[in-house]
Amino acid sequence: MGITLPILILAIPFTMFLVLGIGGVKMPRKVAGVIGILANASLLAICYTVAFRYFFSGDTQFIVDGVRQQLQVFDVTWLAFTERLVVKIGFLLDPICAMMLIVISTISFMVHLYSWGYMEHEPGFQRYYAFLALFTFSMLGLVVATNIFQMYIFWELVGVSSFLLIGFFYKLPSAVSASKKAFIVTRFADLGMLLGILVLTFYFPTFNFIDITHNTGNVLASTGGATFLGASVLTWALVLIFTGGMGKSAMMPLHIWLPDAMEGPTPVSALIHAATMVVAGVYLVARMFPLYLVEEASMQFITWVGAITAFYAAVVACCQIDIKRILAFSTISQIAFMMVSLGVARPDIHEGLGYMASMFHLFTHAMFKALLFLGAGALIHAVHSNNYTAMGGLRKYMPITHWTFLIGCLAIAGIWPFSGFFSKDEMLSAMFSYSPFWGYWMTMVAGLTAFYMFRMYFLVFWWEENPHYKEHKPHDAPWQMSVPLLILAAVSCVAGFIPFGHFVTWNGEPYDIHINAQVAATSLTVAVIAIAFAGWLYLKKNDKPSLMRQALPALWTAAHRRFYWDEIYLFVTRKIIFGGICKGIAWFDRHVIDATMDAFASMTQFVSVKIKGMQSGSVQTYVVWYFLGALVLAAITWICIL
Amino acid sequence: MMIGLACCSNSNMKAIRGVMVAGSTVLLAMSIWLVVDFLGLRAAGDASEMLYTGSWMWYAPLNIHLAVGVDGISVLMLLLSSIIVFAGTFASWKIDPLPKNFFLWFCLLSTGVFGFFISIDMFTMFMFYEVALIPMYLLIGVWGTGRKEYSAMKLTLMLMGGSAFLMLGLLGIYWHGTPEGGLHTWNILEISHNASIDPSWQNLLFCFTFVGFGVLGAMFPFHTWSPDGHACAPTAVSMLHAGVLMKLGGYGCFRIAIFLLPAAAQELAWIFIILTGISVVYGAFSACVQTDLKYINAYSSVSHCGMVLFAILMLNQTAMTGGILQMLSHGLMTALFFALIGMIYGRTHTRDIREMGGMMQIMPYLGVCYMIAGFASLGLPGLSGFVAEMTIFFGSFEHSDFFHRFFVIAGTSSIVITAVYILRVVGKVILGPVQNEHHRELTDASWWERLATVSLIVCLAGIGFFPNWLNETIRASFVPIIDALNSVF
Repeated sequence: MGITLPILILAIPFTMFLVLGIGGVKMPRKVAGVIGILANASLLAICYTVAFRYFFSGDTQFIVDGVRQQLQVFDVTWLAFTERLVVKIGFLLDPICAMMLIVISTISFMVHLYSWGYMEHEPGFQRYYAFLALFTFSMLGLVVATNIFQMYIFWELVGVSSFLLIGFFYKLPSAVSASKKAFIVTRFADLGMLLGILVLTFYFPTFNFIDITHNTGNVLASTGGATFLGASVLTWALVLIFTGGMGKSAMMPLHIWLPDAMEGPTPVSALIHAATMVVAGVYLVARMFPLYLVEEASMQFITWVGAITAFYAAVVACCQIDIKRILAFSTISQIAFMMVSLGVARPDIHEGLGYMASMFHLFTHAMFKALLFLGAGALIHAVHSNNYTAMGGLRKYMPITHWTFLIGCLAIAGIWPFSGFFSKDEMLSAMFSYSPFWGYWMTMVAGLTAFYMFRMYFLVFWWEENPHYKEHKPHDAPWQMSVPLLILAAVSCVAGFIPFGHFVTWNGEPYDIHINAQVAATSLTVAVIAIAFAGWLYLKKNDKPSLMRQALPALWTAAHRRFYWDEIYLFVTRKIIFGGICKGIAWFDRHVIDATMDAFASMTQFVSVKIKGMQSGSVQTYVVWYFLGALVLAAITWICIL
Repeated sequence: MMIGLACCSNSNMKAIRGVMVAGSTVLLAMSIWLVVDFLGLRAAGDASEMLYTGSWMWYAPLNIHLAVGVDGISVLMLLLSSIIVFAGTFASWKIDPLPKNFFLWFCLLSTGVFGFFISIDMFTMFMFYEVALIPMYLLIGVWGTGRKEYSAMKLTLMLMGGSAFLMLGLLGIYWHGTPEGGLHTWNILEISHNASIDPSWQNLLFCFTFVGFGVLGAMFPFHTWSPDGHACAPTAVSMLHAGVLMKLGGYGCFRIAIFLLPAAAQELAWIFIILTGISVVYGAFSACVQTDLKYINAYSSVSHCGMVLFAILMLNQTAMTGGILQMLSHGLMTALFFALIGMIYGRTHTRDIREMGGMMQIMPYLGVCYMIAGFASLGLPGLSGFVAEMTIFFGSFEHSDFFHRFFVIAGTSSIVITAVYILRVVGKVILGPVQNEHHRELTDASWWERLATVSLIVCLAGIGFFPNWLNETIRASFVPIIDALNSVF
């Protein structure tokens, strides 16, 4: 493969960022919109060309004896720390990368198109497109990284683009604090990742993914069995690197930034906080999967974190009012699903089925979750509120949004033949084969997923018509917004039939995937029951939901307040760190250190004031001092002689 | 340049500006030319330690020379200084009162800095160091704001205290740096070749010189001059002081304390690692609660300059290279910060973050620049801070004992704290709603302010995107120092 197309993949969005970022101020918004969409369309074409050539051309660069290869298209030195530890910027093409290229370019294009309608009247439209371009550039740079340090570089850059986009409405204090929170929480997680990279490269001095994942035995040997606090250093390194992934993918306890990130414009939530950036953690683990396999403890850690997060987020999602928050918690829960699936993947269980299933779900989830977010954007655009209490009975007013949203809900709930069914079935099969406990646990989470999604669906589109519609009649969105919805809905209908096992597997060897009838039957039954229950509660206006809420007020409040995680964080950061440590240090600095320095000065002054009286000019005093001095000297001499 | 200025009449602002702009542009051009020529010579295979060496006898009885020479690090420092002088000239376009005198002292300060970086004779180096210090007193005392007399006095006295230690250290090196019967010398290269200072003397002298330079590098607990001094200094002086003068400390630390006293450096580095490690975290935490923009930035400088000394004390090539990169990066970044704070202060007449808000709506250009400076400070890839910090962390992590690990991990945690205090200010002052309705009438940057900021931002991004040539140049220059350190064992 020539290097032209891969370079263009990075160069197009970056150039767009510079052009729109620097020249945007003087550009009419129409020009900016056209530039953004055209550049993205060409980016889409290039990404598809590269991915299709990788998967289907059968070139020996890409596939040898039926095994898909990892290919470094280019890799140039950026910074040499030492002779062996060299940071390079490159382009690694392999199955997961090609898949991500498709996901990112598709969703990015849809979001650009959609934003043209959604953001049309917002001031700073050009700036918005510039930030989107910066994000697309960073995310593409992240997935094509040839080495973990390149990934870290772009990891930080997606973090900052996320910061800029969440805080897009920078006049609102809530948006500013949400963006700040997102940046600082993920930064904290990235500190873990940095330390993990430091530890890993201290023992095995290379950043290159291929070197690391193809020599896992050597990596393990290089640590020489060193341990720290009871765990091997490699486990520490892997868990610390995973911490970075926990931050970006909003795993507990670092999930708190994602719900607040919904302060950003809705298309941004669809692109960044549903489809692409938040799966970076999953992608990171998948990228280093062979190394994670070496340390069973790190795999266990991933499984546990994922399983707890999935359940927690699903419960919280059942008790939210803001539809974007529901979708945010749903995203957390679904990403945790992928994490568990990776955590239970083993080469000897159906050839690493969990890995394939996780990537499959990443793909389908990106499509239907982007669809749901864009649909939510259309709803918000129509009723000017984020809360379902301002909606209800919208199915008649907004048919396109209604049908596409329904498809999204069916897909996420895992109903045949929508895409979510297939990917979820593969994940659950992998979990059941690893351990029935995780299988049943995650089936329960899947049931909750179906419940909260349909709770939202019924409350928004059925329930009871909101009286405000008489004054302000909601209607479907303009074509720029409807077209992406229709396309993504179509993809969500058919994506499940992609024979994913032929394309993405943990070691590149393709295999056929089958629907596990028993697992499918169980999960379908659970999902249908959950949907029916949601329908029973929320189809028509009634008082069953409020009765339920009154029956368990403490649980409802706790879940609604997200089990008080934000309050705990606020207490720790504001009271302990800010109020205790920072204020304490600042006080210490002014009143101890600085006061000591000042004390030297005032002491000097004090002493000089006291002794200046000696220079009195009176001869008599001088004579007295003279004799006293002579006496002292004589005494000293005398003592010394003795 | 100074002569040119002196000829101008005090009332003629235009002429003064003309001379300053011409002078600083020529200076910048010469520095760039020097760097290019230097790299050319190195590429051509000239491998001697210092290039462009020259030596003139100055005072024979004490064997003092005016000896000059540069290596990769000093040329980069010269380049940094000239960029900052260039930007500083534009940033103090409207200085008032007595513009001529201001620029005269400003030039004297620059002379001291340039002289320091090119000297390889300890005595002349020390002399230039003093030349750079004294104008600070007047510049802050006359053109400063707030409690300027107090701050100017405090800054000068503390730095003078530092140079007293330094003088003792340098004299010690002078007397003990030559083998028995040889001619005593001040020349750094000659002393390093002799390498014969008695280890017990080395320890004492190391403490003297390191503390002496450390005071200028804002090492805990000798950093308190920095917040007060910076807060009261006029914009260009803050820029030059934090951007370049504080680098004199770091530069002296490795050029004299470590290079000439390697055995003591190996033995006593731990004491100073503790102190600088504290600086890094302590400065960052202190910055989190300050409410004056300049205090925030001054404490942030304590943290970042602490990182420079910390890296240098790691005594390995990668970390020390990172330390120099951090000097360059911090110099540019902090100069940009002080320039912007000066510009904001010039408009709002307050530096209290509680009284400001929503500057992005009023002066978008300055707001964007402030955010870029902030991102550079918190280590965003693509700007210089990231490169420097990462090089330091990867270099320092080569030490595998618990002591070093502990401090390195504490140091890395500063990247989170930095993010906290930077975003706190950005969120409060730049973003958010407009706090004071009177501020709506303020204007955005003028052309000279744009020129000053753009020149700094271009350098920040340049280092951030293409760091490797700098890295290689600095790395190569550390070879003699690393050899000296290794020869101890």
